[in-house]
Amino acid sequence: MTENKSESLVVDRLNVSIEGQPILKDINVSFPVNRITCIVGPSGCGKSTLLRCLNRLTENIDGFSIDGHVFIDGQDIVTADDEHLIELRRHVGLVPQRPCPLPMSIYDNVAYGCRIHGMHRRKQEMDETVERYLSEVGLWDEVKDRLRRPAARLSIGQQQRLCLARSLAVEPDFILADEATSALDPISSKTIEELFVRLKEKYTIIMVTHTLPQALRIADYAVFLYLGEIVEEGPASQVFKSPQNDLTKRYLSGLFS
Amino acid sequence: MSHIRTKQIEEKVMRGVMLVATLIVLGAVVSILGTILIRGSKALSWEMVSRFPGKEWNTAPDGGFLNAILGSLYVVGPAAVIGACISIPVVFYITMYKRRSTGVSYIIRLAFDVLYGIPPIVYGAFAFLVMVGVGMRASVLGGIMVTVLLIVPMMIRSGDEIAKTVPDEMVDAVYSLGATKWETVWVVLKHILPGMLTAFLLAVGRAIGDAAAVMFTAGFSDQPAHSLSDPTATLPLAVFNWIGMPDPFPGRAYAAALVLTILVLVLSIVSRVITRRITRLNK
Repeated sequence: MTENKSESLVVDRLNVSIEGQPILKDINVSFPVNRITCIVGPSGCGKSTLLRCLNRLTENIDGFSIDGHVFIDGQDIVTADDEHLIELRRHVGLVPQRPCPLPMSIYDNVAYGCRIHGMHRRKQEMDETVERYLSEVGLWDEVKDRLRRPAARLSIGQQQRLCLARSLAVEPDFILADEATSALDPISSKTIEELFVRLKEKYTIIMVTHTLPQALRIADYAVFLYLGEIVEEGPASQVFKSPQNDLTKRYLSGLFS
Repeated sequence: MSHIRTKQIEEKVMRGVMLVATLIVLGAVVSILGTILIRGSKALSWEMVSRFPGKEWNTAPDGGFLNAILGSLYVVGPAAVIGACISIPVVFYITMYKRRSTGVSYIIRLAFDVLYGIPPIVYGAFAFLVMVGVGMRASVLGGIMVTVLLIVPMMIRSGDEIAKTVPDEMVDAVYSLGATKWETVWVVLKHILPGMLTAFLLAVGRAIGDAAAVMFTAGFSDQPAHSLSDPTATLPLAVFNWIGMPDPFPGRAYAAALVLTILVLVLSIVSRVITRRITRLNK
């Protein structure tokens, strides 16, 4: 459990448009390994689209066109065929904005990903895996007596941690979080934040956030997007404390959001 | 003050309108079911549902209408299975593989909308023409064919609406675990199963009670069908035949209608129990 994953996630000259409207323009960014990168920027700047491009969850968007590359450990997910796409997606876990438990039991939610990839075929192994990842997100003690109960009956905060456990169980290298705390109460949000800080030892975390204070609290690296372009990026302390760009300064001072 | 008064009146009037509309619907349901129940149970006897007709189906009120009960089951049972086997994949194709609103999914949806609006008698006439063309006579098989035609658009139409309620987050969550579209279909299926079942029941319920479609295609027979090419009586046609005849035939019509209603009710209850078992973990 102590191994450091060192796979890299690099976005190279990425251009995205939806129905002819450019959404992302010439994005180049390399996400630092085992760090939390926060993508910040005003609404509609393309944060979520960028995040979705990282595991190509863009297929269902009408009129979507993409150009450029997203390299996951050297392999381009943008041009990957179906078979590789599935393998690459497994390396990139997703924590959605609103928690979305699958229509099955708590146990099966965590086990589902492993099952479709044929991991841990023996029951005992699977039991251990489920326990390990539920413990990792601090949910085990809360649910160990009702593993066979429907996941949808958990509280929203618990559901979000379950979604995280579900993503971790397929052993990804990266975790994408799209405003993962925006639907949660303050206490659950704090739990998730603390989890991310703890998990960055093993995973590279990329999160989109709307709450600047959150980014200030947990980001190691920051990317400021504005109108589909990267205005500024760098270590969080530098971007947040001494921004170079005027737009970043104005955004951080709350002049627009 | 008078503004608030107007609002209150508006509120009361509109609520009254809704209440009246609901009562009209309830009244209709109660009186239809009541009529069938009262008249049907008066006429219904064990003999009717357990025996084939006597010699004269249409002139002497002897014997039962087991031939029609069996005929309806023979026609609608296989048609329901075939219909479901065709409709469910179509629903998934347009919602999973063609989730984007592309031209293809638009055309498919439009086609099924049109099919949905075609009255059963037209299906019956169409199937009859085809049957004449290929030299087939009215038979169980003809009845099955036309009933499948009836069920499929109804199931796809409502199945599509139900599949649209699947949250994008759920589909994304499954994809992001590295699932294929096919694996995703299974998760989605579990989520929408109760709704799909309702769609299925509505379609089958309507199909089993439809007289127009099977009139030309399944034909009529005093005897139970022994093969797919035999003609067969059906319950809705029995009702249709008897209801306009002199007493005691209308009684037999109500008895047949009662049996038909009970069949649909049993079907509905059984499948609800099964769905509850399967989707126990959904909520």
